Amino acid sequence: MIKTYTGITNIIGDIAELDATGVAFGELALITNPSGESTLAQVIRIDREKVSLQVFAGTKGLSTQATVRFMGHPMQVRFSDQLLGRVFTGSGAPMDGKPPLESAPAVEIAGPSVNPVRRVVPANFIETRIPMIDLFNPLVESQKLPIFSEAGEPFNELLARIGLQAKADIIIFGGIGLKFDEYIFFRRTFENGGVMDRTVMFVHTAADPVVERLLVPDLALACAEQFGIRGKRVLVLLTDMTAFADALKEISVAMEQVPSNLGFPGSLYSDLASRYEKAVDFQEAGSITVLAVTTMPGGDVTHPVPDNTGYITEGQYYLKNGVINPFGSLSRLKQLVIGKVTREDHNSVMNSMIRLYARALESKKKISMGFEKTETDEKYLQYGDLFEQRFMDLKVDIPLNQALDYGWQTMAECFSPQEVNIKRDILEKYWPKSTSEASAES
Amino acid sequence: MNDGNSITGVVIGINGNMVTVEVTSGKPMQNEVVYVHCGQDRLKSEIIRIQGNIVNVQVFEDTKGIKVGEPVDFSGELLSVELAPGLMGMIYDGLQNPLRKLNNRDGFFLVRGQYLPAVDLEKKWLFHPKVKPGDTVRAGSWLGWVQELHYPHMIMAPLDLIGTAKVKEIQPEAEYTVQDTVAVIEDTKGRTQNIAMLQTWPVKKPIKAFTERIYPRELLATGIRIIDTMFPVGRGGTACIPGPFGAGKTVLQQLVSRYASVDVVIVVACGERAGEVVDTIYEFPRLVDPKTGGALMDRTIIICNTSSMPVAAREASVYTGITLAEYYRQMGRDVLLLADSTSRWAQALREMSGRLEEIPGEEAFPAYLESRVANLYERAGLVQLRSGDMGAITMIGTVSPAGGNFEEPVTQATLKVVGAFLGLSRKRSDERKYPAIDPLDSWSLYMEHLHDDLNAQLDPNWVEMVQQIARYLRESAEVGRMMTVVGEEGISIDDLVTYLKGEMFDAAYLQQNAFDAVDASSSIERQIKDLKLMHRAVVTSFEFDTKPKARQFFANLQDAFYQKNYCALGSDEYASYQARIEELLASGSPA
Repeated sequence: MIKTYTGITNIIGDIAELDATGVAFGELALITNPSGESTLAQVIRIDREKVSLQVFAGTKGLSTQATVRFMGHPMQVRFSDQLLGRVFTGSGAPMDGKPPLESAPAVEIAGPSVNPVRRVVPANFIETRIPMIDLFNPLVESQKLPIFSEAGEPFNELLARIGLQAKADIIIFGGIGLKFDEYIFFRRTFENGGVMDRTVMFVHTAADPVVERLLVPDLALACAEQFGIRGKRVLVLLTDMTAFADALKEISVAMEQVPSNLGFPGSLYSDLASRYEKAVDFQEAGSITVLAVTTMPGGDVTHPVPDNTGYITEGQYYLKNGVINPFGSLSRLKQLVIGKVTREDHNSVMNSMIRLYARALESKKKISMGFEKTETDEKYLQYGDLFEQRFMDLKVDIPLNQALDYGWQTMAECFSPQEVNIKRDILEKYWPKSTSEASAES
Repeated sequence: MNDGNSITGVVIGINGNMVTVEVTSGKPMQNEVVYVHCGQDRLKSEIIRIQGNIVNVQVFEDTKGIKVGEPVDFSGELLSVELAPGLMGMIYDGLQNPLRKLNNRDGFFLVRGQYLPAVDLEKKWLFHPKVKPGDTVRAGSWLGWVQELHYPHMIMAPLDLIGTAKVKEIQPEAEYTVQDTVAVIEDTKGRTQNIAMLQTWPVKKPIKAFTERIYPRELLATGIRIIDTMFPVGRGGTACIPGPFGAGKTVLQQLVSRYASVDVVIVVACGERAGEVVDTIYEFPRLVDPKTGGALMDRTIIICNTSSMPVAAREASVYTGITLAEYYRQMGRDVLLLADSTSRWAQALREMSGRLEEIPGEEAFPAYLESRVANLYERAGLVQLRSGDMGAITMIGTVSPAGGNFEEPVTQATLKVVGAFLGLSRKRSDERKYPAIDPLDSWSLYMEHLHDDLNAQLDPNWVEMVQQIARYLRESAEVGRMMTVVGEEGISIDDLVTYLKGEMFDAAYLQQNAFDAVDASSSIERQIKDLKLMHRAVVTSFEFDTKPKARQFFANLQDAFYQKNYCALGSDEYASYQARIEELLASGSPA
């Protein structure tokens, strides 16, 4: 049953209000200005006859004479395999010049949660060919992981590269508040990388209305869920979730909600969690892995957005000064794959290399403070430099096993086997023979 | 109670998960359960404010699709849980819906408006009567029992029975379903009541069918050395674990749920990741409970309301958990309730308070936050039942403070009511020192309160020993701070020795490897033995001519302690490391 009303009574921020009856909470409406322009809107509050609509395209130029047509259903996304290779806006309209998927079945967005007993313990390693990830904080299928970063860092490049190299069946990209050139960058990268035919893009650019930002993660994740229950291994890439949270803030202020922290609504945690929790490894079906960029305003990790995100997600990658910082980064699920699906020496190499690098930084700090440089310091400094060159540099592109071998080689170039604190059996099996003899002689 | 049919109402407003209802006839009651119609579905909700004939209800489900004018059914009952044999080993959502059964019926996703009985209504239990006709009973009196997995499950007189009643009839030993009548009682006014094994209880009301509450008088062994030795939690006491993200709250909580020596563990996963529960769901059925020899899952109930599930049910989940805990306490069981995380529960209160447009307190939390937190923790405790048996609920709640800052309202409100504060530190977790409980900031009131009990139960000098080591630890930290300014050359050898002693105690006693089969959990028996030896090492005075010699000595000593942690108590390796430590102690101390 479709009802049409004419006339809007109040406009506050991006919220329009009118009197209407028989309207359902969360229902979608089409608002058409007398000039013929139209936009979608969603019911976000009902108080007797007064219905508040969140207007996707914003209320700029919205006439109080506009007509409002309630559609009888909440926001949906058209789902079929034909989504692959397509690009849509934040409200789900095609932005690649191709026709909309009108015949495909509609799927509700922001649907119910997965029954926890239907999840399985994740156990698949996703190789990204980035040693700072594979070796030190491996990504696990169905993990939800943000990249904590700051403006000016190459987070989008990193995200795109993981997208290309992660070998997922389906890639779903959600761009939130992207600059136009960032959008073009992602699109070109996917096209040139040969993955566009298994990619779906939902793109909201900075020029688009703020409200549409809120829809992008839901559209992307609703599609991901459909592919997931059909057995596909889906990788969802979202950038930038801080822009999403900022939109939440704008709407909640317009709705006169009491802010909790820096103007963000008290529901920020739940709002973010309901999106990230879509990451899942389904029993007897596929999986959804979510990688999302969270830029930290002022580089402050205690800012409400990264802070709440950190509580929700299963670790984080810290991208700072162009490298993935090994200390702030964490993959909470890594114990599920290290040494179980990856090589037996993985755990030892990971721990020793990090410990040695931490010690190298100490030596560096000590020397910069004017203390004397000892012979031991020399070794660590050499190791520190090699570590940064061979592992931390984001240009390095090698599979995990090669990175492990490289790790052994690097340790052997700088240290004797007694100095690396590795269990004897592993050491005997993997310590490079030639260099160990060479270092023993010297 | 209201007669459910006499009240009618319709929806007049929807704002997020809060629905405003106009009552057209009848008198509603605060916290009454109502069902809001949404097309074919009936969505469970709870009245949270009444203003004349307008009531606000919080809906425990997604409110998408509700329309103004839809009817609302009033149940006449408060939000309640079902109490009966069959609860153990179950996985419930925040409203006690069995998630495994929902999965079998509805598949991948949680379909709204679907409610199932909490326990199997068909299953037959062998009932053993404990009373005879003519016996006098009171609320919670044990009328009989059935065997539920490894423990007898007491069938009790109604927990809300006022005064006394006489047993009129009692069924003989035979098999019954939870709804069959197993006894008939007659109260002092001559009214009779049929008693089945199944009873219900409103979650927001404490079950108080006991004689008195008693102060804890022994510690609850968690197997975590830093907790049991340094910051003990009393059996029947309360503790909180606040910590920034990634500091290891969840791992710590899982270890406690696995190794704590109790009869029943209730895990409330409140607004946290589903993945954390999945681990428990898969692991616990395979792990062995040392106390009964059965599966760990057999002593566990999981209440799982993860962060993506509706927020109002999150608020309810904690109450569901504590009510189940109280029920088992009435049977004389020793229950551990783990709530992860109470901050998410407090946030659920905040979201609803915001929708009710209440005047906000600090960080927009409602003004009643403190009293709600206090009421919750006060439901824990050691009690003496009317039968003379003892029952206990120990409650440990995690707190997730915004920005890792303990000054925030939820942490502060919690600190006022708990008996132990196990604060996780970002610095320690960054240094990979696990469990990352800060040994200098944390505290436990039970150390002083249980002073005599601990000394009687563990070792005649236990508390003094711990306090003495704690002093060394504090002094060691001070020397450490000094060294960052003046360098090692700026301090005396004695100071360095104090520093190294503290470091050794920290590295080889307070820290524990959660992923090692032996080190993950340490029995009290072992802790007594290990601490006594460590205490000797710490109080012995040593003399060294040079600092490198002191360092070398402690490196060896610390390593011996450290390696000993990985050896099973009573093994040859354990004995050999112990001998090695003795030898080192003898060599290093002045004759």
